[in-house]
Amino acid sequence: MSKAWTFGENMNTDEIIPGRYNITIDPLELAKNVFCEVKPEYVKNAQPGDVIVGGQNFGCGSSREHAPIAIKGSLAKCVIAASFARIFFRNAVNIGLPILECPEAAVGISEGDDVEVNLSTGEIINRTNGRRYQANPLPDFVLKIADAGGIVNFLKMHDIQEVLA
Amino acid sequence: MGTLIEEIFSRRAGGTVQAGEIVLLDVDYIMSHDNTTPLAIKAFREIGKPILDKNKIVLHLDHAYPAPNILAAENHRKILDFVKEQQLPHLFQQGVCHQVMLEEGFVTPGSIIIGADSHSNTYGAMGAFGTGLGSTEIGVAWVTGKCWFKVPETIRVELSGHTQPGVYAKDVMIHIAGLLGMDGGTYRSVEFGGEYIDNLPMHERIIFPNMSTEIGAKCGLIAADDVTIAYLENETPAKGPFERIVPANPRYERVLEIDVSLLAPQVACHPDVDNVKPLMAVEGLEVHEVYIGTCTNARYEDLEIVANILKGRKVNPLTRVIVTPASARIYKKALKNGLIEILIDAGCIVTGAGCGACIGRHGGILAPGERALTTMNRNFVGRMGSPLSEIYLASPATAAATALTGRITDPRGCL
Ligand code: SF4
Repeated sequence: MSKAWTFGENMNTDEIIPGRYNITIDPLELAKNVFCEVKPEYVKNAQPGDVIVGGQNFGCGSSREHAPIAIKGSLAKCVIAASFARIFFRNAVNIGLPILECPEAAVGISEGDDVEVNLSTGEIINRTNGRRYQANPLPDFVLKIADAGGIVNFLKMHDIQEVLA
Repeated sequence: MGTLIEEIFSRRAGGTVQAGEIVLLDVDYIMSHDNTTPLAIKAFREIGKPILDKNKIVLHLDHAYPAPNILAAENHRKILDFVKEQQLPHLFQQGVCHQVMLEEGFVTPGSIIIGADSHSNTYGAMGAFGTGLGSTEIGVAWVTGKCWFKVPETIRVELSGHTQPGVYAKDVMIHIAGLLGMDGGTYRSVEFGGEYIDNLPMHERIIFPNMSTEIGAKCGLIAADDVTIAYLENETPAKGPFERIVPANPRYERVLEIDVSLLAPQVACHPDVDNVKPLMAVEGLEVHEVYIGTCTNARYEDLEIVANILKGRKVNPLTRVIVTPASARIYKKALKNGLIEILIDAGCIVTGAGCGACIGRHGGILAPGERALTTMNRNFVGRMGSPLSEIYLASPATAAATALTGRITDPRGCL
């Protein structure tokens, strides 16, 4: 089962991981302090495959990739939010952290709910209350990058022009 | 035909592009700093292809510089070794990246610059497209020279009137952040214009694109005009001729009209940049640190405003007052013209140029329970140190007036 961990509106990159921990780029090291101030129990109790649920403008603030890397390092399956901040969105795509934009799911999922997510279809099921949600579909080129496992892997196999081809 | 961002992108794309389209464009410069370059190097190594054009890469050491701890020192070492290995021509270690980018003439009207720093939006002050991206994309751009963008919708902020004495561009921008909110500009280009902007000198203009980041914008733009060209010709080594790209029959998603004439000094209060109040509402609140610095408000003219207020006076003895010039060049001019002496005599500590206390690494870290009033752009919880500290954002004049009393103070009483 995937347990939901919920966060509020405008979660900024400093709340995801405070700047003072960004002296490393090791995902597992970063994951030790992810959400450490807003939700210290996350690091202690989260299981691989759990799901992060946020409100509007998730990941606002700094351009640091440490934030999505820390979440990915914590082995969360994906982030569902009502909306994402611009740079966080790009960074998540580029490093291969799955993100789903779904305002209905963002309000319909509570802390601790058992959530099933189908990343390829964008379908989200809250098994705790039986509700289903459909996330906004991701643009084609984003799926292309995500399918390759991130932009770095994409470039190993393709030319950058092929992103839009 | 279009908004300023559509015009800038269309030129580069070699054909008309409109909001909503996705474009892959050549970039002119790729900026990163000590915080973000190590990850870009990692991405670059993983891609395993060579750098396309070394001349496009601009690296800065400014965020934790000189190194306050061993890990930061290791980061700097990694970057310097990489510069040596790849023989990169543009390395700077004398000030905040964005200020140095402007001073060194990398930013010219119509240019496209990506930076691994969220305040790369700053370059919009010159009529350039600047935006912040993550490090991986920087490593990608080193190899490809390109970047994808979704052409954004535009919010036009039309500013009229003139501010009263004691009210500055910073107060106007804080007011706008309060009106639009932290996500009011998300995915958008925010175009600043109107009579007020037209009459504004460059150092004040820079604040608007710089803080467009605070409202989530992809970019903040001011069309290049005579003021821009004069700045480029007189203050930077940039070589013309410079293009004057302006909006042409633009279709805006939204237009916000503001008359700045009646605005009073503003403060963005703990804990959010859109928690904006007129200074009056928080006047007298005790502060433990005043920090005058950063890419927002530590230019020569800002230091001059502060020095004029502090001249012949003493700052409150229980308040830490830290002044960090945005660049070494600014520091030198302030030194030459006697500003530094005034600041030191008033009881300030003047530090080397760089990001300094802005990100809570060194040079002014806040203890639990402490409150700072600063000229920064951002007041996230814990940004300057303890998560139990508070940050209030205001103009350099408000910072100077507050330094004298140790309480948030209206600068209009001591101009
Ligand atoms: S001065 Fe502050 S906001 Fe500006 S680049 Fe440095 S850390 Fe970022």
